[in-house]
Amino acid sequence: MDKVKVPGKNKKHKVLMYAISTCAWCKKTKKFLVDNEVEYEYIDVDLCSEEDRQKIRDDIRRRGGSLSYPTIIVDDKKIITGYSPDEIKEALGI
Amino acid sequence: MTTLEKVRQRAEADAKTYGYYLHPDPEFLNDLLEGLKKNEERYGYPSCPCRVASGKFEFDRDIICPCDYRDPDVAEFGFCYCGLFVRKDVVEKKLPIHSIPERRPVEKQARAYAMAPEVIEKPARATVGVAEETAQVKKKFWYCKQCGYTVFREDPPYICPICKAKRELFAEITIGAFVRG
Ligand code: SF4
Repeated sequence: MDKVKVPGKNKKHKVLMYAISTCAWCKKTKKFLVDNEVEYEYIDVDLCSEEDRQKIRDDIRRRGGSLSYPTIIVDDKKIITGYSPDEIKEALGI
Repeated sequence: MTTLEKVRQRAEADAKTYGYYLHPDPEFLNDLLEGLKKNEERYGYPSCPCRVASGKFEFDRDIICPCDYRDPDVAEFGFCYCGLFVRKDVVEKKLPIHSIPERRPVEKQARAYAMAPEVIEKPARATVGVAEETAQVKKKFWYCKQCGYTVFREDPPYICPICKAKRELFAEITIGAFVRG
């Protein structure tokens, strides 16, 4: 599974994003985090092997999320579906 | 080999046919068209850029752009899941275009990815994100009262692709059937 780490000044929270490489909403979300200097990691699900995709789907569903991307997991707890700057801001306290 | 220009022309033609507009932000639009192009290159068909395709045509059929969920999403929210196709009033009034919940039923996704059935029957929680009930939505026959064009789908089209009549001009065709025994 290719996890890409994007460095940023704000390292207060652990931010993981499941994304799709071709998805415009995912791109917008990535940009939002970069603009806000948030350090985060992402995985482009469409570029993963089927085995890894299965693990990702299981992970999202186990956390009560829906199979929709981007899905952001903050501090292993909070799950945010879709491009949602307000929810991200709230979760990250920015 | 498909080009970005071809993908753009196809989307424009399709939007015109159904009375939609493409996303007003050129950069966002470009990202989506690039995504469609990439999918066409890697899968052989332009599957939805914002969904994970299985790569198997028969399972991805419903998410080939324009997907089966476009029209109900445009009717309900004013734009499709990706935001590629947008309703006229949303563009004209510059209403916000945002992420919307995935309408594709979990069952369809499960079939495409061959997920374990027990995972599907019991979603961890009733999330607003996935419209489970849409799986049961029944398709009906609709005809355009102006030109006679007939379609089989959940709701009538936004406009008639043939004569451009508004959706109000569509009526349902009810077929009476008696089952004895
Ligand atoms: S959501 Fe929009 S862009 Fe994606 S496949 Fe459906 S119609 Fe095409």
